[in-house]
Amino acid sequence: MWEYTDKVTDHFKNPRNVGAVENPDGEGTVGSLACGDALRLTFKLDADKKICEARFQTFGCASAIASSSALTEMLIGKTIEEAETITNNDIIAYLGALPKQKVHCSVMGREALEAAIYNYRTGKTLDKKIDGEVICHCFGATDKEIEKLAREQNLTTAEDITNACKAGGGCGQCIPEIEDIINRVIGEQKKAEERPKLTQLQKIRLIEETIDRQVRPILRRDNGDLELHDVDGDRVYVKFVGACVSCPVSSVTLKDVVETQLREAVSDDIVVEAI
Amino acid sequence: MNKSVYVDNNATTAVAPEVTESMLPFFNEHWGNPSSMHAFGGNIKKHVDEAREKVAALIGAEHPSEIIFTSCGSESDNMAVRGTVDAMGGHPHIITTRVEHAAILGPCHHLEDRGYRLTTLEVDAMGNLDMDRVCAASSSGKKTVASVMWANNETGVIFPISEIAGLIKEGGGVFHTDAVQIAGKMPINVKSLPVDLLSISGHKLHAPKGIGALYIRRGTKITPHIMGGHQERGRRAGTENVPYIVGLGRACELAMERMAADAEHERRLRDRLETGILASCKGARVNGDVLNRLPNTTNISFEYVEGEAILLMLDDVGICASTGSACASGSLEPSHVLRAMDVPRSMVHGSIRFSFCRYNTEEDVDYVLEKLPPIIKRLRELSPFAQDG
Repeated sequence: MWEYTDKVTDHFKNPRNVGAVENPDGEGTVGSLACGDALRLTFKLDADKKICEARFQTFGCASAIASSSALTEMLIGKTIEEAETITNNDIIAYLGALPKQKVHCSVMGREALEAAIYNYRTGKTLDKKIDGEVICHCFGATDKEIEKLAREQNLTTAEDITNACKAGGGCGQCIPEIEDIINRVIGEQKKAEERPKLTQLQKIRLIEETIDRQVRPILRRDNGDLELHDVDGDRVYVKFVGACVSCPVSSVTLKDVVETQLREAVSDDIVVEAI
Repeated sequence: MNKSVYVDNNATTAVAPEVTESMLPFFNEHWGNPSSMHAFGGNIKKHVDEAREKVAALIGAEHPSEIIFTSCGSESDNMAVRGTVDAMGGHPHIITTRVEHAAILGPCHHLEDRGYRLTTLEVDAMGNLDMDRVCAASSSGKKTVASVMWANNETGVIFPISEIAGLIKEGGGVFHTDAVQIAGKMPINVKSLPVDLLSISGHKLHAPKGIGALYIRRGTKITPHIMGGHQERGRRAGTENVPYIVGLGRACELAMERMAADAEHERRLRDRLETGILASCKGARVNGDVLNRLPNTTNISFEYVEGEAILLMLDDVGICASTGSACASGSLEPSHVLRAMDVPRSMVHGSIRFSFCRYNTEEDVDYVLEKLPPIIKRLRELSPFAQDG
């Protein structure tokens, strides 16, 4: 028997905003029949760009239904930018508490919200499988998803991950891989904490070194390159050269390659801009 | 909550009033130790012996000394598997099925981890075993310990134990059956059955929790798991749990007297409930072989709804049942029994087990039939998969 709070029980027995919004501005579906729970979230914006209607359909246990119901209540009246900041912990806080084995119900709410906002912005359906490699085949969880949870929620054991997104809770074969991901994240966080404070001159040198060693080789594979133009505090200005100049995805390269590498090596506050 | 309907008797049963009554004198009056030399204690021994005779009678054991008392069905199961494997020596081949109770699968996997060869037999979509596979497994040429349950706790499906035990014995193996769900519900006669060991549990047949028994056929080699005492002929040390042993004896006696009538009563209620549910709820199906199961059990899946949600809504109106849903158990996978039967994905998370006993009534069935269909309809309306209720 689970210990559910009165609020969870109330939202389960008297769910708010059940159903689907007609002609929604955003729609997101996560989960599946096979996984044992699924949530379809739809919302509509009013003239002030605030969510005026949010509805859910959920296949799942009491806490999945309560988390979905709570999420719709939290969304109504918010702008997309405000809605975007809702985390699964906010859903749990709204409900008072969830048993730790049921945390994944709130994560499902957060994921449906992400999918619905993505749909609102792009008109497309978010497919998380494209983003990363499936690690847990029982529940279809990807490495990126697991890494994100570990990072954002400071999860430190495979059991925490299982409670948050079910990954590892089926046959258990992927638990070593989940542990590898957690250890990598913990390692990176430690490294970040241990980073010495750099003088501006040291910082510029480290940026140059990192670009030479870790960024250029990647760009050169596609006949591209870049030059370091200037460093102003944590802002790094670069100029693409070679094939990068005419490359349609150079803005992606800028963030995913250059900025990511510099953040890892120099500081999490680095922002890279192209001139 | 004004009404309460308990249809979860495969989980546990109410202690029969006759059983409670039989136990009471052994708390405050006859509380001696049956091993004592003095009459106050020593006189208790005959009550333990009588209880042993009653348990032996329920399962048709030739000698009461073939019955030993344990603390529960799980202990009996553990002792049967680990004790016979240990006594046999030389790493015997272990055979079991995918749908056993955890009290069998647990020790089997423990032994597998320690290097024993384990064969886990599959079941088909109806929950039945393929006898050719049993035959193949039992003729591996190695020494064998096999444990196959008689009736499944989740679906009620009954395995042909006589035939399976026969095959294992032909190959020279030792055979144990977990008879926890069938004992007291259907006749058992180990005199004409080639089983070596058989587990029963008190609280499944209206005795209290905390008492079980293991039948060990004379001549079966078994290593005790609790050592350091002469009790139970040295096979399980520890001062006898006298009141509970007496209670189990009385419960077995009652079960024998009432078995045919109880089974008929339970079957009638079960069938009425099942027919009613299938008629009033769309997308419902019965899991397991309906022609070959316990008279008191039905396991029904409701498409596109999740079992824990159904169960909590039933609980809210005072109906106690069980689910094979993942969410209710704390594990993330639905029931291993339903998965072994390849119950479709749309159905496996929404299973509910109703199990009856002699104390259930027609009114109980009517009440469930009144309350359940609107709950299913309501949860379907919430579900993104269902088209209509």
